[in-house]
Amino acid sequence: MGLKRKDVLALAEMEKEEIELILQTAESFKEVSTREIKKVPTLRGKTVVNLFFEASTRTRTSFELAAKRLSADVINISTSSSSVVKGETLLDTARNIEAMQSDIIILRHSSSGAPYILARALRSAVINAGDGAHEHPSQGLLDLFTIKEKKGGIAGLKVVIVGDVLHSRVAHSDIHGLKKLGADVHLAGPPTMIPLGIEQWGVKVHYRLEEAIAGADVIILLRLQLERQGKGYFPTLREYARLYGLDGKRVARANDGVLVMHPGPINRGVEVTSEVADGLSSVILEQVTNGVAVRMALLYLLSGEKP
Amino acid sequence: MTTERILIQSGRIIDPASGRDTVGDLLIEEGVIREIGPRLSVKGHFLKIGAAGKLVVPGLIDLHSHLREPGFEYKETVATATAAAAAGGFTTICAMPNTDPINDNQSVTEFILEKAKSEGKVHVLPVGAITKGSKGEELAEIGELVAAGCVALSDDGRPVMNSELMRRAMEYAKIFDVPVIDHCEDLNLSAGGVMFEGEVSTAMGLKGIPAASETVMVARDIALAELTGARVHLAHISCGGSVHLIREAKRRGIAVTAETCPHYFTLTADRVRGFDANAKMKPPLATRRDLEEIRAGLADGTIDAIATDHAPHAAQEKECEIDRAPFGIVGLETALSLSLMLVEEGLLTLPGLLQKMTENPARIIGRKIGRLGIGDTADVTVIDPAAEWMVDAGHFKSKSKNSPFIGWKMKGRIAGVAVAGVWTPAEGGR
Repeated sequence: MGLKRKDVLALAEMEKEEIELILQTAESFKEVSTREIKKVPTLRGKTVVNLFFEASTRTRTSFELAAKRLSADVINISTSSSSVVKGETLLDTARNIEAMQSDIIILRHSSSGAPYILARALRSAVINAGDGAHEHPSQGLLDLFTIKEKKGGIAGLKVVIVGDVLHSRVAHSDIHGLKKLGADVHLAGPPTMIPLGIEQWGVKVHYRLEEAIAGADVIILLRLQLERQGKGYFPTLREYARLYGLDGKRVARANDGVLVMHPGPINRGVEVTSEVADGLSSVILEQVTNGVAVRMALLYLLSGEKP
Repeated sequence: MTTERILIQSGRIIDPASGRDTVGDLLIEEGVIREIGPRLSVKGHFLKIGAAGKLVVPGLIDLHSHLREPGFEYKETVATATAAAAAGGFTTICAMPNTDPINDNQSVTEFILEKAKSEGKVHVLPVGAITKGSKGEELAEIGELVAAGCVALSDDGRPVMNSELMRRAMEYAKIFDVPVIDHCEDLNLSAGGVMFEGEVSTAMGLKGIPAASETVMVARDIALAELTGARVHLAHISCGGSVHLIREAKRRGIAVTAETCPHYFTLTADRVRGFDANAKMKPPLATRRDLEEIRAGLADGTIDAIATDHAPHAAQEKECEIDRAPFGIVGLETALSLSLMLVEEGLLTLPGLLQKMTENPARIIGRKIGRLGIGDTADVTVIDPAAEWMVDAGHFKSKSKNSPFIGWKMKGRIAGVAVAGVWTPAEGGR
């Protein structure tokens, strides 16, 4: 059993059944991380390469742990130590890595579509660990996993995604995954950060957070890149927090048992108050825990190995 | 391969400039068109080109080519660009000035003309820069450029963002009666953009360039054309909003002309899906609706000319991350076949289409070319309209292969071109 594809690049191009298979597989792998010896021999002898052209702690560590818990050999390559500074192209870098017999390459890159260049040219499986403002499928999957685990299912839930949808690959993957599994997806943010044409994906767009939140089962906050301040997207962080920051009063408008999620890292006092981030509704740290299980499932399903 | 006396026999001779559309022979002697008639009898040695079932038309003129020489010879040279032009049926191409150095002075103009004379397969007409270094800061020595042989002015690749400077350029160009060609792009609206802004750019997570980036500059240039009375030509028009503005300007009698390129009436932003940098150009491919508006603009004469915006780039430049790849595609060798599809679909008549690739471009640059008059320089293109061929990068004469049409099945093939009476047959492969 495995995925019927060589690479995982975007949830937009995956079938509902494939997503469900990954989530189911992740359930069984989640148990591994609770054992005293957190390791299974599933990917012994396989080589997994973390190729990160953009700073990342959470995602890189999560993939590394996932691979190690499956007993794969893991290599981490990040921009500071890569050949990019020497003028080598992305494709040449990747071809060199593959020449050392890699099995799975996990790519994080600031350019949308960069993993497609690798996927087309290499025989290694490629996992997109975030490309530009395009997609971040493993984050989307771990969000789905967390919602499903907490709520028992996804179909019919009202999910509100808040903030900078324009620049957010997480939002893109979340929307595609949630829609495929039958959620009612709403977006809330300033029009400057809502991309053109996104209504065509079957989501409802709101400019007022209060209006979007009413009756919500899940609120997914997006990270606001602080350097966007003063670029015409919004006047100041202060005003952003006033209009779109999630506080206790706003959470109260949602349904009982609402989940508050965030892909991290959090800007406390901007996207969310500490009261909410650390409150009972928050599942932010559980998202991180689940990330490892979901990534184990992805690595396993792409490796073609038997359990 | 070369001869001074050529008889092209039994072709359908179409000359939009004179309205001729007859079957007959065309006689070329000493580099000029000597005679046209139903059946010409000749004595002595002639190169006879059988053109039965073929079209005999004025050599096509491309208002908008990037020859890349000097400075970017790894992408294209005058020799390879003109070879591509001949293969595509063009006998005259206008060389945009964004070389390195920029063609903003006599020496660069002369260099291009020298290269064209010694290595060129077709005529090359240089376009001079509007501003020094195309920086948009101060006027280039336009008098010197025109004297050296430039037929038009443009900072192509960039707009002249400063409207006051553009106004002065238009006024100054009136001394020499040359058109000012603008690349309509508001650099603030397009900053960082990779493709057309809309659902497709959203889905791909690529920064969008809104249609307004073009239309605000089209509107500005129309206003400045009205103010100055200068001849203004708008390059590579790509969206419906611009067509509306130009149509209205023409209705009001403003001296503005416009060109579009085959990709804007053939492809939409959907072609970028899959992150193919060979579908990345400026202005970007827009929506189906824009494509329909461009076609309507061609049909009703709002858009005067079809140009290629032939923009060669090396393979390694296009194979990288799409946001880092340069803008532009090659076009000289596919333009005619793509344009003939408009005739096939009934949007334009054959003479109507050819007018946009011969008579109209000639009028825009004020040259007595693009026509089949007795005594005119013998620039003639022979087209086999029924022949089918497959676009194969390996057959391109251009040094670069960055085309979104590779693998397309095309109809209408060049049989050969006469350039100033020198006959070059097309190669068998295509």
